[in-house]
This record gives sequence, structure tokens and C-alpha cells, in this order.
Amino acid sequence: MPSLILRTTTRFMMPLLLLFSLFLLWRGHNEPGGGFVGGLVGASAFILYTLSFSVQATRDALAFDSRSLIGVGLMLALTAGIMPLTQGQPFLAHRNFWVKLELPGFGQLDLGTPLMFDIGVYLVVFGVALTIVLTLTEE
Amino acid sequence: MSLLGLVQQSFQGTVSMDLLTAVVAAFVAAAIVPILYPLLRQATGWFLGLATLGLFGYFARFLGSLPPGGITASREWIPSLGFRFSFLLDGLSLLFALLITGIGALILIYAGGYLGGHKGLGRLYVLLLVFMGSMVGLVLADNLFTMFVFWELTSVSSYLLIGFDHERAEARAAALKALLVTGGGGLAMMAGVLLLGQMGIEAGLAPEVCFEVSQLNTVGPAIKENAFYLPILLLILAGAFTKSAQFPFHFWLPAAMEAPTPISAYLHSATMVKAGVYLLARLSPILAGTVEWLWIVSSVGAITMFWGAFISVRKTDLKQILAYSTVSALGLLMLLLGLGSPAAIAAAVTFVLVHALYKGALFMVAGIIDHEVGTRNIQRLGGLARVMPVTAVAAGLAAASMAAVPPLFGFIGKELFYESTLHGPARVLVTTVAFLTSMLFVAIAIMTGVRPFLGAMTDDTRRAHNAPMSLWLGPATLAGLSLVLGLAPFLLDQPLLAIAHQNVLGDVIDAEHFESLHLALWHGWNFTLALSGFTLVAGCVVYLQRDIFRALPPHFGRWTTDGFYDMVLAGMNSVAKVQTSVLQSGYLRYYLLMIYLTATGLVGYTAATRTNLTLKWDWSDIRFYEWGLCVLIMLGSLFSAYSRSRLTSIAGLGVVGYCVALLFVFYGAPDLAMTQILIETLSVILFVFVFYHLPPSKKLSGPFTRLRDIVVAIAIGGIATILVLQAEQVKYFTPISQFFVENSVPKAHGRNIVNVILVDFRGLDTMGEITVLAVAAVGVYALLKLRPQGGKA
Repeated sequence: MPSLILRTTTRFMMPLLLLFSLFLLWRGHNEPGGGFVGGLVGASAFILYTLSFSVQATRDALAFDSRSLIGVGLMLALTAGIMPLTQGQPFLAHRNFWVKLELPGFGQLDLGTPLMFDIGVYLVVFGVALTIVLTLTEE
Repeated sequence: MSLLGLVQQSFQGTVSMDLLTAVVAAFVAAAIVPILYPLLRQATGWFLGLATLGLFGYFARFLGSLPPGGITASREWIPSLGFRFSFLLDGLSLLFALLITGIGALILIYAGGYLGGHKGLGRLYVLLLVFMGSMVGLVLADNLFTMFVFWELTSVSSYLLIGFDHERAEARAAALKALLVTGGGGLAMMAGVLLLGQMGIEAGLAPEVCFEVSQLNTVGPAIKENAFYLPILLLILAGAFTKSAQFPFHFWLPAAMEAPTPISAYLHSATMVKAGVYLLARLSPILAGTVEWLWIVSSVGAITMFWGAFISVRKTDLKQILAYSTVSALGLLMLLLGLGSPAAIAAAVTFVLVHALYKGALFMVAGIIDHEVGTRNIQRLGGLARVMPVTAVAAGLAAASMAAVPPLFGFIGKELFYESTLHGPARVLVTTVAFLTSMLFVAIAIMTGVRPFLGAMTDDTRRAHNAPMSLWLGPATLAGLSLVLGLAPFLLDQPLLAIAHQNVLGDVIDAEHFESLHLALWHGWNFTLALSGFTLVAGCVVYLQRDIFRALPPHFGRWTTDGFYDMVLAGMNSVAKVQTSVLQSGYLRYYLLMIYLTATGLVGYTAATRTNLTLKWDWSDIRFYEWGLCVLIMLGSLFSAYSRSRLTSIAGLGVVGYCVALLFVFYGAPDLAMTQILIETLSVILFVFVFYHLPPSKKLSGPFTRLRDIVVAIAIGGIATILVLQAEQVKYFTPISQFFVENSVPKAHGRNIVNVILVDFRGLDTMGEITVLAVAAVGVYALLKLRPQGGKA
């Protein structure tokens, strides 16, 4: 059983790491960050959890199989790619899929299929890293 | 859905159906079989048979009412390449379409009776229907490329059908043999078709229609004078000869008898093996009439014809006898197409019908005997007429047609055959071969259609039962048609065969002296009639003395083309084995070594010969902390190479990784640095997890291995360094980074260019990368979780 200090720290670190991972994903389009890094940070949060407790504890905390993240992520990215096809645009041409939101106090927010694609990347990376580590650790 | 409704629908459908619907009909039927079969079970065969009869009815409506030039239909495919889904129904395609759908309907019913209760029956129906659709498409196609697609589809469905009992190794080997032989020929044919299209363009056709047979027909003379005529002819003949089992490619057909009998009766006697004959008949107006055509096609045909019949008489297995006699009949058709005179073509189109009727019937009879008696060895059969009278009559009629006994349809075919050989080139030789083959045909007919039903019963036949109607319906119908068409040939000669005859001959014959095909049982007292009579007598003598034939040389052992095929296949397998064991050692270190050496060799060679290396050594603007970082990286790698413990090696590698991340920070790439740090952390964790389970390194590399590794490492490192330094100076294209900078915000709404490139500008690359990642994860999972019980990774 790993040290008490590690376990206690992990409890505090987990939410911070997960929030940070979402933060990286969110700001990726304009500042350093993005789905890839975000996914890695998210996965490392759970890997830290595994080191502090056990694989089984992580599986319980996850509440879903890390493998399904990979499939969902791929589907999401693929959907973002296919959506332009319905309007006669090439695969992954995001041109016609922008929504401009005016948020009082924040300024303008541009949402579009690139974000959806990036969330797909995020989930795939998250799932892949976690699946590999969990599988190896279980051995 | 009610049964009645479906039947009604399929019959109503035939009324308003157009040609394209007819082509896809069987494929649609194949798609609904998986739904239909669990509902109808035993009745599926009858239902599908009746539905196919509807398709037959659609084609039969055109008998006598086919407009000159036929009817056409087409859809666009790849117009720029001249590929179109274009179809043409003329006399020749109508003849084949009627055979395919008519016999197909009987076979579907027959298969239900033959394999009733077999667990693969549903699969058999699907495959038979897919085959039927491919065959209909093949004979209706006007575009040669569309024809090629269907041609290959028949090869593939034939492969699956021969290997129907896929749990038996013999069936699988036979299926593979048929696929490799016909598939190989098909590839040659594709090359021939491409060349033919090019020559069509040279002869003045528009590129959009250069593969249309109907258009190529108009430039036949120009193509015959083209320098590429002979290559085209040889390539297309390779396709036709393999498909139609011509010597020396005939060996796959007898092997294909591994398939259940309904399949042999349908594919390997009545329809698919005639595809090669059909192709040559279809292309006759374009390619026939030259000396090359005459000699190659007719001599291959004549050899196949005699050889097939000769081997056939020596066999004792019913299906083998019939298979070799089919080879022989296909040779006969080739010979007639090779001769190419109006009389020969008349004989050919008639014999296509004659042969399909009697051979289909005899095959189905062989299946009935196998099914009800349990053996196909003719030496153990006898007296079956008492058990199965209807089958016996059907077999007798079919055999009589094969032996050309008047008044059956086969007699008319044989008369036309002799007529054309007697008035063709090298007539004494050709007629002699024709006579010998026909004589052997008589003996084969008695052996397969008469002998099993007469005489005393044997131990095997005493236990036999009568066959159900689903089994005898097919042979009885086909044999009955042989009799009806013999007595009343006018039923089909003008409405069908005469048009097919003209289609094969094309415009080559001048209209004034052209005698339209006309069939009659009686041609008066002439030499042909005498020859036919003499053939029958001689055939009976051969039958009585058949044991002599079995003892005759030659016995080739393995020195046949079949043996040659086996040797080539075994040779390829052993080459593959050697090559695999050399290249795929299974040790990661050798793979890495090979990759590094190849990369070093290729890149080094190119760099040394193609570029002029001007490395710029400028140390001036390197700052002190960059020096420090480089020293740290080098120390880290040396440390991990020299360390004796795995964990410290990993720690060394970790130092290298974090230092590289720091380098990225120095050079203004925060995204890269961030990713690098995370990846580095994760890989250290992964390594620790993996190595934790491994025993301590027992054996360290010896001095030689170390020296080798050092040399390779320095080489690949040096090459990579040179490459980076050189890349700095070589700019083949204007960099596109300016485009990204300019368009990132206005077009992609993002200020982080790196991320915009990842998700937007080069999104497809990212899509590929995450797919690779997903596959890698699945691979790791499968490797670790799904290994056999008791095994250790």
C-alpha cells in the first residue's frame, strides 16, 4: 500500500488535474493547449490515482470502461468530419459550421465543428493512454 | 410478408421490369434470402425457383420480338475512363440469359431437395443467386469493363461454391485451384481489354465509348490490322481458355467436382464454364477471321475436345466422367468458334443449347444417384430403372441427345457439327478428330445415362429409394426439352438461334450470299447422315470395349499440368516461408537494426550523391544554458546505455526527454513542450510497470554485439544530424507557414496556430493519427489480455 502522504495528495490533486485537463482542451484553440495535451493530463490524473490506490479503485472511480472512451472519441471526430459532407463540402471542411455567441461580459465566442473534433481527439487520447497503462498495471 | 404477396409481386415485377432491374434482380433476391430462409425453410427452394422463373419469363418475352440491334440500357460509372454500366440484350445474350435463368430456376429447386436439412443450405441459396446475378450481368454487359467485373464475380462466387463444404481440405484446395487458374486468366483478360479499348480509340472511337462492344464491332477491321492485335488476342484468349477449361488449363474443372452436385450441374457444366465461349463469340466480329484466330482457337479447341473425351471414358466416377466430357464439349465449342464459318457458328450456337440441356440433366441425374444410392462408381450401379423410373427416362433421353440419336436435339447439333468440319479447313484431320470425339461421346452417354439404370441390381442399388419430385423435376424438364426441340426445332431456330448466329458473325459476311440459320431434323440422304450413323455404331463398340481404353497408355503420374500447378503452389509457399523466416525474426532488436541500417543506407546514399553537402558550423549564437542542456542530454543517454539496471536506464532516458522538452521551451514551442513532458512522464511510468515484471538482465551483450550496436547508433545518429543541418539550407518549396499565420484567425477562428493546424487545416492527418492510436491501444490490450491460457507474455 503506497504512502499516506501520496494518497492524501492524490485526493486533492485529482479534481485539479481533471479541471486543468478540461481547461487545456477549452483554451487550446487560442492559447497553448488542445485536445491532445488535455487528454494526456486527464489520463495522467487517473494514472496517479492508480499509483496511489489500485487498478480496481480506478476502475470503480471511472464508472465506465476506458476502452469505450476510444470508440466514443473516434465517432465524435468522425461525425465532425462527416457533417460538412451533408452540405456538399469536403470531409472535415469546417467552414459552414460556426456559431457566434455574444456573451455579455466575456465578448464573442465562436463555437464550431473544430471544437467537436478536438473533443474527439481529447477522448481518444484519454482512452488510449488510460487503457494501455491500466492493462499493463493489471499484469 | 405473405408468401402469396411476394410471388405476386415478383410476377408483376417482370411485366414492367427493364434491363437494369433484370441485372440486379438476382442480387436483390440473394440479399433477402437470409430473411426468407428462416420463414420458409424447406419451401425456400421452390419459392426462389419460381421467382427465378419470373426472371426467365422476362427474358422469354423477347423471343421472336427482339428488335434488330437488341435493347440497351446504361448508367454512368466513370465516364472519363470509358467505364459505363451499359447493357445490351441481343440474340446471343438472350440465348445465354435464358439458359442461366431457366436452368438456375431448376437448380434452386433441385438444391432444396438435394441438401434438404443441411445447415449451409441458406448460404448455398445466397451464393447461387449471387452467381446467377453475376452471370446474367456478364452476358448482358455491353461495356467490356462491366463485363470484366461480372466475370470476376463469377470466379469469386464459383470459389465460394466449390469450397461449400469448407471443412474438407480437398474442397478448399479445389476451390483455390479454380480461383487461381480462372483469376489469373481474368487478369490477363483485363490487360487485353484495356489494350483493346486503346486500339478502339486509335481506330477512331470516342474515349467514352471505347469499351463498348457494340461500338468496337464497327472498327473490327482496323483492330485486326493493328500491331497490337496479336497481344490483345493472346491476352483475351488466356482469359477465355482458363475460364472455359481449355487444355492445358482444363485441370481445375474436374477438381471442382468437389462441390455438391447442384453446383457442378449449374456452374461447371451449363453456365459458368461457357463464359469463355461466350466471350469469344461476343468478340468474334472484332477479333475473328484472321489466320492467328483460326489456328490458335481451333487447334486448342480440337486438342481439348479429343483429350477431354479420351480421359472421360477412362474414369469410373460419374461426376469425373461428366466433368471431362464437359471439358471436351467446351473444346468442341472453341473449335467451332475458331473455324468461324457461318456453318460452324450455326453449329456452335445450337450446340451451346444442346449441351446445356443434356449435360445439366445428366449431372442432376448423377446427383440423384449419389443421393439415393450413396455411390457414384459406375461399376457398382445397375438396375436403377426399377427404383426410379422417371429419372431413368430423363437420363435415357439426355444420354440419347448426347449420343446424337435422332430425333433428339443433340442429333441436329451433331449434323451441323459434321457439316461445318466437312467444309472447313484441314477437313480430313478435323473431321477425323470430330468423329473420334463423337464416338467417345456415345460411349460416355451410355456409361452415364443408360448403364446405371439397366441390368441386374447390385448390392448398392438394392437399398436405393426413389427420388422426390424436387430432384427429378430438373432433369426431366431438360431432357423433355431435348426431345421437344429435336422434334420441333422451329420453336427456337428463327426466334433465338438465328439472331444469335447473326450476332456472332457480325457484318463480316456479305448479305447476299448469307444463309440464315435454319434447323431441321432431316437433311436428306447424304454423307453427314452416314457419318452420324457410323458414329453411333462405333460408339457402341467403344462402350463394349471400354476396359481396353482404361488400360491404354498414357499414364502421366504427376507430369500433368495439374502436377505443375501443385509444384508452383508448393514452390511459392516455400519461398514465402524462407523469406518470412529471414525478414520476420520476431526479435525487436533485429527489426530495429534492419530499419536503422536501411534508413542510414538510403538516406546516406541520397545525401552523398544527390545533394551537395555544405554544412554550416556556426557556434557563435549558442547561449551558455543551451550548452548545458546539450551536455545534460548526452550524459543522460550515455548513462542509460552504460547502466546495468533497467530502472536507472529508464531514469536516464527520462532526463533526456525532459531536457528535450526544455529545448522546445527555449525555441518558443510551448505546445510541443507540454506534450513532450506528459508523454515522457507516461512512458517512464509505462516502462517501470513493464520492467517491474521482468527478471533482472541475465545476459549482457558481448563485445562484438556492443561494437556493432555502437557503430549502428553512431551511423543513424550522424545521418539524422546531417539531415537536420542540411534541411535548414535546402528549401525546395516556399514554406506555407505564412498561409497558416494569415488564415488562422479569419478563417479558422483560432489564435493558436499549432492547434488550428491540428484540428482544421490538417484535420485529416489528426484523424489518421487518433485512429492509429486507437488501433495501438486495441493491439496492446489484445496482446496482454487475449493470450492463450497458461502462456506468459
